Amino acid sequence: MSTATAVHSLWTTAADGKVDKIPAPHIEYAQLAPTLIVVGAAVVGVLIEAFVPRKSRYYAQVFLSVIALAAAFAAVVALAADGYGTTKAHIAAMGAVAVDGPALFLQGTILLASIVAIFTFAERRLDPEAHGSRVDSFAAQAASVPGSDSEQAAVKAGFTTTEVFPLALFAVSGMLVFPAANDLLTLFVALEVFSLPLYLLCALARRKRLMSQEAAVKYFLLGAFSSAFLLFGIALLYGYAGSVQYAAIADVVDGTVQTVDPALAGTMGNDALLLIGGAMLLMGLLFKVGAVPFHMWTPDVYQGAPTPVTGFMAAATKVAAFGALLRLLYVVLPGMRWDWRPVMWGVAIVTMVGGAIVAITQTDIKRLLAYSSIAHAGFILAGVIATNADGISSVLFYLGAYSFVTIGAFACVTLVRDAGGEATHLSKWAGLGRRSPLVAAVFAVFLLAFAGIPLTSGFTGKFAVFKAAAEGGAGPLVVVGVISSAIAAFFYIRVIVLMFFSEPKPDGPTVAVPSPLTMTAIGVGVAVTLVLGVAPQYFLDLAGQAGVFVR
Amino acid sequence: MSFPLLTATAALPAVGAIATAAVPAERRTAAKWLALLVSLGTLALAAVQLVRFEPGGDRYQLTESHAWIKDFGVRYELGVDGIGVALIALTALLIPFIIVAGWHDADPLETHSSRWRPTQGFFALILAVEAMVVLSFEATDVFLFYILFEAMLIPMYFLIGGFGDRAHEHGDEAAATQRSYAAVKFLLYNLVGGLLMLAAVIGLYVVAGTFSLDEIAAARANGSLDMATNTERLLFLGFFFAFAVKAPLWPLHTWLPNAMGEATAPVAVLITAVVDKVGTFAMLRFCLQLFPEASKWATPVILVLAVISIIYGALLAVGQRDIKRLVAYASISHFGFIVMGIFAMTTQGQSGATLYMVNHGISTAALMLVAGFLISRRGSRLIADYGGVQKVAPLLAGTFLVGGLATLSLPGLAPFVSEFLVLVGTFSRYPAIGVIATLGIVLAALYVLVLYQRTMTGPVKAEVQGMPDLKVRELLVVAPLIAILVFLGVYPKPLTDIVNPAVQHTMSDVHKKDPKPVVEAAQ
Repeated sequence: MSTATAVHSLWTTAADGKVDKIPAPHIEYAQLAPTLIVVGAAVVGVLIEAFVPRKSRYYAQVFLSVIALAAAFAAVVALAADGYGTTKAHIAAMGAVAVDGPALFLQGTILLASIVAIFTFAERRLDPEAHGSRVDSFAAQAASVPGSDSEQAAVKAGFTTTEVFPLALFAVSGMLVFPAANDLLTLFVALEVFSLPLYLLCALARRKRLMSQEAAVKYFLLGAFSSAFLLFGIALLYGYAGSVQYAAIADVVDGTVQTVDPALAGTMGNDALLLIGGAMLLMGLLFKVGAVPFHMWTPDVYQGAPTPVTGFMAAATKVAAFGALLRLLYVVLPGMRWDWRPVMWGVAIVTMVGGAIVAITQTDIKRLLAYSSIAHAGFILAGVIATNADGISSVLFYLGAYSFVTIGAFACVTLVRDAGGEATHLSKWAGLGRRSPLVAAVFAVFLLAFAGIPLTSGFTGKFAVFKAAAEGGAGPLVVVGVISSAIAAFFYIRVIVLMFFSEPKPDGPTVAVPSPLTMTAIGVGVAVTLVLGVAPQYFLDLAGQAGVFVR
Repeated sequence: MSFPLLTATAALPAVGAIATAAVPAERRTAAKWLALLVSLGTLALAAVQLVRFEPGGDRYQLTESHAWIKDFGVRYELGVDGIGVALIALTALLIPFIIVAGWHDADPLETHSSRWRPTQGFFALILAVEAMVVLSFEATDVFLFYILFEAMLIPMYFLIGGFGDRAHEHGDEAAATQRSYAAVKFLLYNLVGGLLMLAAVIGLYVVAGTFSLDEIAAARANGSLDMATNTERLLFLGFFFAFAVKAPLWPLHTWLPNAMGEATAPVAVLITAVVDKVGTFAMLRFCLQLFPEASKWATPVILVLAVISIIYGALLAVGQRDIKRLVAYASISHFGFIVMGIFAMTTQGQSGATLYMVNHGISTAALMLVAGFLISRRGSRLIADYGGVQKVAPLLAGTFLVGGLATLSLPGLAPFVSEFLVLVGTFSRYPAIGVIATLGIVLAALYVLVLYQRTMTGPVKAEVQGMPDLKVRELLVVAPLIAILVFLGVYPKPLTDIVNPAVQHTMSDVHKKDPKPVVEAAQ
């Protein structure tokens, strides 16, 4: 009887008692301004698609995207200057979003990288004009079946998919929230917000459309799996700690929780929930950073996606995902670092070595860069494992340095073309250095930065993470790191050999002369690479100041 | 603030490299003259260094120190000791000769596209290498040294892979393949060594908390920095491995014959006479000073490797059919002597080793550059393709002979002094090793004289008929080198005066005293 009353009361009390008003959430709009600006611009971008005449859409979209991203970056700088990165760091939006040093640093990096990436999205001089109108790297009409009449009609009519700009903005907004998310649900929502537009963007290549769509489907399916893992992990962690808030979970993991109610007492003892939940969360995030053994999607997607999207994805997604991974490991799970550190050691080692070794066998430049990005994920993981203040700041620095090299390198790839579009097969790059020394030299700079040769940003970043790892007691990891750097150097050098020391083929590709947009993207890449290589002090300081998470 | 002489000596060629690269495509000759002028200017600055350096003064002189990367504890710290100043002088001396000797090595072929500017690139890269090598001799910050040690590989790599012997190549695919193979091998060997050193550099920072050579050495001397024996040994091995690849020491030497064989003669000189010296120099400066105990621990093995290098290099030189590879193996043998002198841990051995670095640079430059002139005339590197050259080109044959005699350490020429010192220094502590090493001298006589006999004497081969003798430009390269060889052979005192105090410092770093003579000097 009494149980029946109790059960009954579940749906009866509300009727008898006083109804609580749902409290209005307290949102610090100013502190969330970077994200809000980008989301707002994305919504406006959708409206532009609906209401602005087709002819002016491209200009309106490019203008809006660049202005919005720049404004968001200005907002980040203003927040940082206001001290939100250091003294005023706190948790905003009812505990959903953290405003602290790492979040602001990574948001700034993502925004800058996105501006540069938008420039490469907007490039319209590389492809030959189709029926008298300039075209970019994206399909004329995404909905038309490849090779069909409707596709031809769309091309003839001079359609362009200007939707890529709002899609990119939505993706950026998700990426901005991802490293700042302070509860697991926000984390998941941010993940989906940035993943779904990326799946779409991957499918939109103008050339080799089937390959592009295949890449998108693969990315979507595997991404859905990883999202499922992440969600399952969230559920288990919630079951363990009774909360989705990072700080609350951390308290339970540490055992420093203040109020233990009976339900919590029942689950707290159950380490299986914690371990499995934590592992599944990690899997979801490691998928996004492209760490072995969750890397299988990377080469196919990088190869199939339109090259500007690949560059954007390789740079910005990695920054966002590593940001989230850092926060998870340093804020939520530091109490169980003795459990995750050995696992992450293993993941870091197989990622570094695996990425470097498999890259050697690649014959396609985009796949090669994909495996190289896997190897780099391994190097960054070495810094993540350090679990000290240097670990955070070195990873922040590495991410900043890496993203500009990556976008620059992929922008270079878009320039080398033959009749079938981009000539990504390595054999076609033979003798490029003789034909167009400048492009080859710039690409060589990027490759040397990837290889971590001193006086480039790649070396500074690598040195920073390895130093942090060594100080964190991961000496053997550093040794594995330098050995895989040596292996990795081999394939970067192979490309340089091809470009400079091989005779050009008579029917080789041509190098298209880009518009100032792509030139800016590449120029920024080179400048960042050299400045961070020769005089990195200011940026190391910045990363060092930003290296404290709020809890 | 005084004039930053050390920075200027490195900055001049660096700026010169950029300026040379920026010369417009059709103004090739201007680029060459610009490069030559810059290298002569650098030589002048190096001469000022020699004058300003006081042999009896502080250990590191002309020092400069500026903050650079605070987060890593890295400073831009420069200073030279006697060894450094001697090697900077060697570098600055050889670069003008290398530039003049390679005057036509990088002229573009008609088949090249007009946007490909090899000439500007060639001379700019040479100057870039010079800048980095000079700065690495000056760096007293381990991190700064490491950066230069690695970064100089890149211009070197392009020099080896991008420019071959033009005379016998005319679009030869196989030669191009071999050349890029040699370049990649050079880079990979050195990069692997360098990356292991990176691990050791990071390890050193974790242990010592600073990169400053001075601070670490002082902390080691007064006992405030105590390394565990195993840590010290591992760090030592990380550093030594990199230097042994660069030096190169058997069994890490195999990149050198490829690189020297495929590169043009001036670039081969740049490799062996200039860049490789950074390796042996770094053994003296970093291995002995930072890790004295581990150096002593490793001495027996290193001496054995050095002796193997001496004998093995000489034996393989005897068996070579290719002139440039022969010089390369001879160099491996000589680097064995240098390493042996360093690790014999006697004053004579280390002074000898330092002199050896300088003398080997000059003598190899003389031999290799003349060999290069010879090869460019006939278009072949094979010894068997020559014969009787001395009848048609007596000057060429004569200078080749002098270069060869210097290589085999004939008394009266500079290398004799250093080789003698190294052997005496080694013998006084390790008699057996010293005795075996003398075999190297015998073999040196064999490979040099047989080379001369086969190429220069005997009946004049048909293809050699009508071979022109040395031109004025070529004589301008060879004659001064030979003059220096003779001068330092007769009167090495200016050099030893500079080097000896520095060696004394190094000896006290490793707490070694020279062994007592077996027979007390008669009173």
